[in-house]
Amino acid sequence: MVEEPRPFTIESFYNFIKERKLMGAKCNKCGELLVPPKPMCPECFSKDLSWKELPKNGKLLTYTIIHVSPKQFQALTPYAVGIVELEEGAQLPGTIKGIALDKVKVGMDLTVDFDTEQATDEWPQWPRYYFKPMHYM
Amino acid sequence: MTRKPLVSIVSAGMSKFGKREGLYGRELFAEAASEAFERCPNLDPKKDIKAAFIGMMGESFEHQGHTGPTALDWVGLLPTQAFRTEGACGSSATAIRCGIFAVLSGFADVVMVGGVEKMTHRATADVTEYLAMACDFPFEQWNGLTFPGLFAMVATAHMYKYGTTEEQMALVAVKNHHHGAMNPKAHMQKEISLEKAMSSRVIAWPLKLYDCSLITDGASCIILTKPELAKKFTDTPVHIIGSGQASDTIGLYERKEFTTLKVGKLAGQEAYKMAGVAPSDIDVAEVHDCFTIAEIVAYEDLGFCELGKGGRFIENGQSQIGGKVAVCTSGGLKSKGHPVGATGTAQAYEIYLQLTGQAGKRQVDGAKIGLTHNVGGLGATGVVNIYRRG
Repeated sequence: MVEEPRPFTIESFYNFIKERKLMGAKCNKCGELLVPPKPMCPECFSKDLSWKELPKNGKLLTYTIIHVSPKQFQALTPYAVGIVELEEGAQLPGTIKGIALDKVKVGMDLTVDFDTEQATDEWPQWPRYYFKPMHYM
Repeated sequence: MTRKPLVSIVSAGMSKFGKREGLYGRELFAEAASEAFERCPNLDPKKDIKAAFIGMMGESFEHQGHTGPTALDWVGLLPTQAFRTEGACGSSATAIRCGIFAVLSGFADVVMVGGVEKMTHRATADVTEYLAMACDFPFEQWNGLTFPGLFAMVATAHMYKYGTTEEQMALVAVKNHHHGAMNPKAHMQKEISLEKAMSSRVIAWPLKLYDCSLITDGASCIILTKPELAKKFTDTPVHIIGSGQASDTIGLYERKEFTTLKVGKLAGQEAYKMAGVAPSDIDVAEVHDCFTIAEIVAYEDLGFCELGKGGRFIENGQSQIGGKVAVCTSGGLKSKGHPVGATGTAQAYEIYLQLTGQAGKRQVDGAKIGLTHNVGGLGATGVVNIYRRG
C-alpha cells in the first residue's frame, strides 16, 4: 500500500522536527527544493512534490545578538540568531546555542539540533530546531 | 527630458510627529487633513474629493481596525469611498500608488491619500512584538527575531561583505538628527554627537539605540489630481512623474542577498525609467531610514553611489544638505519619527515642501526633482516615487 505523503505545510515541517528530522519539499517536475515546504512549487506551479530530508550541517551566513526581545524571549536575552545555509543550499533562520556570544562569526560551521520539550506559553506549542557548533566551543 | 506627469499633488498636510498623549489616531489624521485643506483654499473637500486611501499597519496599537471610514468621519468626508492599505511600514506609500491608479483610471479626479499610526501609548515590548508582525512568523518571529534583529543581520552581512563600519552607520543618525533639528514637526529635534550614537545601548548587535528609528505618533496626507486639473487648485503643484513598486519574500532567510533590498532597487529602476531621470538628477530624497543600515543600503539600491560604497557616501558628507543629494532633510524616520502607517505620505509631504520652497531652515536651494523610497517590513514591499516641481 502506498502511503499518502504528509501535506506540504509548515505544520508538517514542525511535526518532522518533533521526529528530529529537518525536511523540505522537492518539486518532482522542475527539481526546485522548497524550504519551508509550500503546497505548490512557486517556480513551475506543480503540485507533484516529495519530501526530502535536509543535511544537518551548514555555514552561518549572517547573524545578530538580540538584546531587546519580544516578551516571549525576554528570559533568554542576550541571544544569538542567524541565517544558516545548509549543505545543498537550503537556508533557515534559527537561534545559535552552545557557544559564547563573542565567538559567533560569519562563515562558521554549525549543525542543527532539536529541542522537542521547550515551548513558549503563548505561541503554538511546536517543537524547535536550533543551531550549535559542530564541536563544543 | 522628463515625461508627462502621472498625477499632481495640489496640497499636503502632516500632524506634529512625536509622543502625542491623549489623542487617538483619527484625531492626528484630522490635524494632517486640516493643514491640507487650509493650504488649498480652492479645494472644496466635500465636493471635490472622490476617494480616499489611508495606510495603517496595525489594529493592535489602538484596538481599532476599519481605518478608512474612521479617518474620513473625523475629517468631514463621509460618505466618500474609503480604502485602507497595508504594507507594514510602507502602508501609505502603497496608498499613494492606489491614489495614482484611481486618478489615472478616470474613476476619481481628486483623491486624498494618507496614513496614520498611534504607537507611543504602548509599552516598548508590545510595540516590538506588533512591529515584528511585519516579518515572517513561523520561522523568524518564532526564533526570537525582532525588526531591529532582522536589519541587524543586513548590517552584519554588509559589514562582512563591504567593510561597512558601525561608525558609518552612526553617522547616518548624526546627519538625520542634524536635519531633524531644523524641522519643527520632527519628534526629536536635537543634534546628537557621533560619540553619543556609538555609546548608546545595544538593541540588536551591531545596531544600537541610535541606529533605530523612533516609536512615534503621527499622521500625514496629500491631495492628488489629474495634471490638467492641478492649476484649478494651486499655482504651485508638485508632479509625480515616475512610480514603482515591488514585492519580495516575507522571510529574509529565503533570499540570496542580504546586503540589498531588492524591492527598493526594482521600484527605483521602474520609477527612474518612467520619469526619464537618472539618480544624478535627484536633488532631494526621503529614503526609508528605519535603521541606519537601511539608509546606507538605500544609497546603493537607488544608484546614488556604487554597490558597497554606501558607508563611504555618508562618511564623505555626500547625503547631507549641500552634498550630492540631500537625503532625509525632514530628519527621516530616525529623527522626525516613524509612525509606521504615516511614513510614506510624510515622505511625500517633505518632498512637497522642498519642491515648493516651503522647507524653512532645511530648504535645499533650487530643489527641482525629488524622490521618496518607502519600504515595508524587511523589504517585502518597496515603493519609489519621483517628483518634479510644477
